[in-house]
Amino acid sequence: MTLLASLHAALVQPFVEFGFMRRALVACLALGLSCGPVGTLLVLRRMSLAGDAMAHALLPGAAVAFLLVGLSLPAMSLGAFIAALAVAALAGGVARFTAQREDASLAGFYLIALAGGVMLISLRGNSVDLMRVLFGSILAVDDAALLLVAGVASASLLLLALVWRPLLVECFDPGFLRAVGGRGALHHQLFLVLLVANLVAGFQALGTLMAVGLLMLPAIAARCWAHSVAQLSVIACAIAAACGYGGLLLSYHAGLPSGPSIVLLAGAVYLVSLVVGTRDSLRARFFTAHRHRVA
Amino acid sequence: MTRRPNRRQALAAAWALPTWAAAQTPTARLQVVASFSLLADMVAVVGGDAVQVHALVGPDADAHAFTPAPADAQRLAQAGLIVVNGLGFEGWIDRLVRASGSKAPVLVASQGIAVRALGQQVDPHAWQSLVAAQRYVENIRAALVAARPAQAAAINTRAAAYTRELAALDASVRSRLAAIPADQRKLVTSHDAFGYLADAWGLDMRAAQGWTTAGEASAADVARLIRQLKAQRVRALFVENISDPRLVQRIAREAGATLGGTLYSDALSPPGSQADTYLKLMAHNANTLLAALQPGR
Repeated sequence: MTLLASLHAALVQPFVEFGFMRRALVACLALGLSCGPVGTLLVLRRMSLAGDAMAHALLPGAAVAFLLVGLSLPAMSLGAFIAALAVAALAGGVARFTAQREDASLAGFYLIALAGGVMLISLRGNSVDLMRVLFGSILAVDDAALLLVAGVASASLLLLALVWRPLLVECFDPGFLRAVGGRGALHHQLFLVLLVANLVAGFQALGTLMAVGLLMLPAIAARCWAHSVAQLSVIACAIAAACGYGGLLLSYHAGLPSGPSIVLLAGAVYLVSLVVGTRDSLRARFFTAHRHRVA
Repeated sequence: MTRRPNRRQALAAAWALPTWAAAQTPTARLQVVASFSLLADMVAVVGGDAVQVHALVGPDADAHAFTPAPADAQRLAQAGLIVVNGLGFEGWIDRLVRASGSKAPVLVASQGIAVRALGQQVDPHAWQSLVAAQRYVENIRAALVAARPAQAAAINTRAAAYTRELAALDASVRSRLAAIPADQRKLVTSHDAFGYLADAWGLDMRAAQGWTTAGEASAADVARLIRQLKAQRVRALFVENISDPRLVQRIAREAGATLGGTLYSDALSPPGSQADTYLKLMAHNANTLLAALQPGR
């Protein structure tokens, strides 16, 4: 009984006693739900670093909205959304109409956006309000931010259900998709919109850097366990949710900052998966090699 | 015949010009660079028309997160006096002064105050006490007199008048606070910058976050604070001008405390607004505190 009681006190009690813990947990779970599949697709499409680039591209939009309207969640989300989409569209356009590769043009435009954002903030002379906002706090999630995160997660899942198959086919065999009349470019654009929406939702809760962490790390870790694409996204969701829960508890019991706790936990899961996972891991590689030699 | 002397005269004049200007500088305004806006205001009040003051960290900006521009180094290089708070508040200033090659004397305005410890470190926010501020004014006065002995009388007069104003505000706040029982003077702020203020005026003030604006709060900190607010029935929660208000709003709502208003900590508000001088800033902070602590609110 005492063990049960102490387990309850350690694992459940914080969420029962404090509303801010419940809100933070719900935000993490919602984010994890949509970040799982979106991150999986990013990994499969070899766009693992594109998430990071897009997260930086949010900055000038959020900065302009902040300078015009002040500390307003809808305005800053909209500004960030527009700026990141503009960067994605420009990079895509340049890749399409010139010989530049998309990753190169994306790097070009996101760096311009990033520097532009920092410039705007500096011209205003007051960097701190904005830095606080850019490194949002999961503990300060309010109703509006929670609605945004939950709304984006729901919309992402619905939209992904519609375009999941063409997106996957495009990852593995774009020629086949074209042959059967699928519109790969359209789906790619739609996916970028989804990615940006998830990053905007994540940056309100976790800040730009942490949002990418919850997007990518669970998806990469899942690769060491999953045997199919469906498994990949489910495992990624589960890892993201578990890291959200565990990170908050870590922050609560050990007194560590919550955003980094969550992302570092996800990082630890990735490292452990890399060593002991069932596929594409160190263990899988050396264990199977040994068995082959014996057989 | 007439051309050569003319050219020489022109050259001589060109040579003489800077020398003449240098000879004139003692009567020109003393260029003072202060590290942040509050100090700049004090120097401007004491120095009057004898000085021209520039603040490296301007109104509504955070000295903890300051990134110097080349123009700042240039201003330091041309300064006749550099005024800093000291006590580790401007961690960047020594390197900046060295990098600028400035030969100007550096006045540590806080020297001689009763220093307050904060954990392992020293609490730099001494200007939040009007008593310590009078020491600042004295230090600034002495440095300005040393740099401009010719204007000593005017500087001394202004410093004395300013000190009287500071002391008068301090006395008025103390008498108004006396009406509030000591066990009801409980407040919480989002930034641990008010230790000197709390000590000077006998307030029980606690912080929601670590003591610099650089750290991110942990869930444990927030939970502890909410528990504490609930247990001790803290009346008011304050958000100051340079940190994320959302966390404090969240905590206030969850603990059932009221948000007391804005307290200014490390920076003046922009010119023309409610706390654009040091004296107005302290009066504003005092009025906001007193209003939040009034019984029956």
